[in-house]
Amino acid sequence: MTGPLLDIRRLSTHYVSARGTRVTRAVDDVTLSLDQGQTLGIVGESGSGKTTLALTLLRMLPPAARIVSGEMLFEGSDLIKKPENEMRRIRGKRIAMILQDPMMSLNPLFTVGDQVAEPIRVHEGTPRRSAWKRATELLKAVRIAAPETRVGEYPHQLSGGMRQRIVGAIAISCEPRILIADEPTTSLDVTIQAQYLNLLRDLQRSHNLALIFITHNLGIVAKMCDQVAVMYAGRLVEAGPVKQIYNAPAHPYTRALLESIPRLGDSRQRLTAIDGQPPDPSAPPPGCAFHPRCPKVMDRCRSEAPPEFRVTDTQTSRCWLSAPVAR
Amino acid sequence: MAGPVLEAKNIVKHFPVKRGLLSREVAVVRAVDDISFSIDPGKTLGVVGESGCGKTTTAKMVLMLERPTGGIMRFEGQDLQALDGGSLRAYRRSVQAVFQDPYASLNPRMRVGSIIVEPLVTNESLASAEVRKRLLRLLDLVGLPERAADLFPHEFSGGQRQRIAIARALSLSPKVIVLDEPVSALDVSIRAQILNLLRDLQAQLGVSYLFIAHDLAAVAHMSHTIAVMYLGKIVEIGPAEIVAKSPKHPYTQALFSAALPSHPDERRDEIILAG
Repeated sequence: MTGPLLDIRRLSTHYVSARGTRVTRAVDDVTLSLDQGQTLGIVGESGSGKTTLALTLLRMLPPAARIVSGEMLFEGSDLIKKPENEMRRIRGKRIAMILQDPMMSLNPLFTVGDQVAEPIRVHEGTPRRSAWKRATELLKAVRIAAPETRVGEYPHQLSGGMRQRIVGAIAISCEPRILIADEPTTSLDVTIQAQYLNLLRDLQRSHNLALIFITHNLGIVAKMCDQVAVMYAGRLVEAGPVKQIYNAPAHPYTRALLESIPRLGDSRQRLTAIDGQPPDPSAPPPGCAFHPRCPKVMDRCRSEAPPEFRVTDTQTSRCWLSAPVAR
Repeated sequence: MAGPVLEAKNIVKHFPVKRGLLSREVAVVRAVDDISFSIDPGKTLGVVGESGCGKTTTAKMVLMLERPTGGIMRFEGQDLQALDGGSLRAYRRSVQAVFQDPYASLNPRMRVGSIIVEPLVTNESLASAEVRKRLLRLLDLVGLPERAADLFPHEFSGGQRQRIAIARALSLSPKVIVLDEPVSALDVSIRAQILNLLRDLQAQLGVSYLFIAHDLAAVAHMSHTIAVMYLGKIVEIGPAEIVAKSPKHPYTQALFSAALPSHPDERRDEIILAG
């Protein structure tokens, strides 16, 4: 196969209210691609549409959501056109997902072994005994001590970090091509977070996984990702290689975000804050959604939403400042 | 004033673990185990540590929500154990708190104005014109418009709600404010606003902070002194720059090496703790 592993083209997902009167453009005209073995960070604040984008990928959207337009090519074929029964063979097997809270994503009534073995039994029809054996091996792969005992235990007997590793074991159980991690470490302590991120990176290397990190934490992106896509009010405002964007952000929002985080080392200097609030996703401002908070706002930004401009071969930005004529 | 505003000496807090029919005490959890620290007027003590290390218990003891099992806590030189009646009420007025989740810490049925002045109304008998005057000053201090007073909490975003909580904490002109993870529930683009506001208020009002957070960079940014807690003990305490830049204790070193980089070129030698 020649193209990228995942190619999202002009994808839009909207939430429609019960009467059809209010439309929220949760994901609006997003174009992205991801190669095998690569790590993509999707960064955004709450309400920016990053989780909706992930749910769209797996077609696990709530009933009020509609995929309005666009294509999602996975290994060359469009996921949007696939019938539900084919999607079920992809979910958890070809594309897997890790959710934020491991206490919510594990069933308290089943043993760890049953839950790790479930996708193997469902997708591969493996009998229970050998699926359990695989589960024990998977626990070892996610570095759980004494996997032979842990496999028979229940989630409440494990610590938060261990539970999240179990969720990781479930996600890689069927050797997926893409692993989506939605804020996988927000409920973990700093040192446990570092352990978990290293584990994910090792799993990625050993399985040649493509990783999608959904996070609001720019530090995780700096540590883990090759590519980054910054979302704001449903749109992708900037995308490109992580180093390039951290060194030379083209969009004022990305720049402001990077400047607003305290860094270890330069203590007690005033932070550059972003004024105002993130917009209400159901009623974003006209024009560029960032314009009310933008330090470099121009007249044009208030009325016209900027299209995606190429800043370099690999970096795009949705800002009039990046328009070729503006230079 | 010369001495520290708040001083803790060899503070211990044990929680008994009870079992069986007669609730016999079978063990104790040493939540806080012999810690000492002090906060000077107008300064910030940052406390970092992982969950279960005792930082919240420490905050509760400072707020007098828990009584220490042993040790001495002094506020402006006065032993807290000796306080009663009027002097205890005076202490509670001088020490206020801002909590992590501004969605849970504000009463949804009260208007913002009443929320902010509630401590004033219950603690001081003021004429309503005076209360109004103080309310407007508090709103101005935290950067909220005057009309915010007549609205309800649900009409505000997370960052604005945290401003409301800060205004309430300031209403009695306290000497110390306990900040328990004040920005971790907020959006990234809002955090810098609140951290800057807290620092401006400190410069303006000379209030001291006990700043508890797990975000090491934020603690290093906000604090004059940092205390690192592990299993109920302070393993390292010192000036913020020194603790953040050249930590001495192996646990502090591991903790700071586990902190996320702010730039992809920033490489740290990671010390991964087992377990």
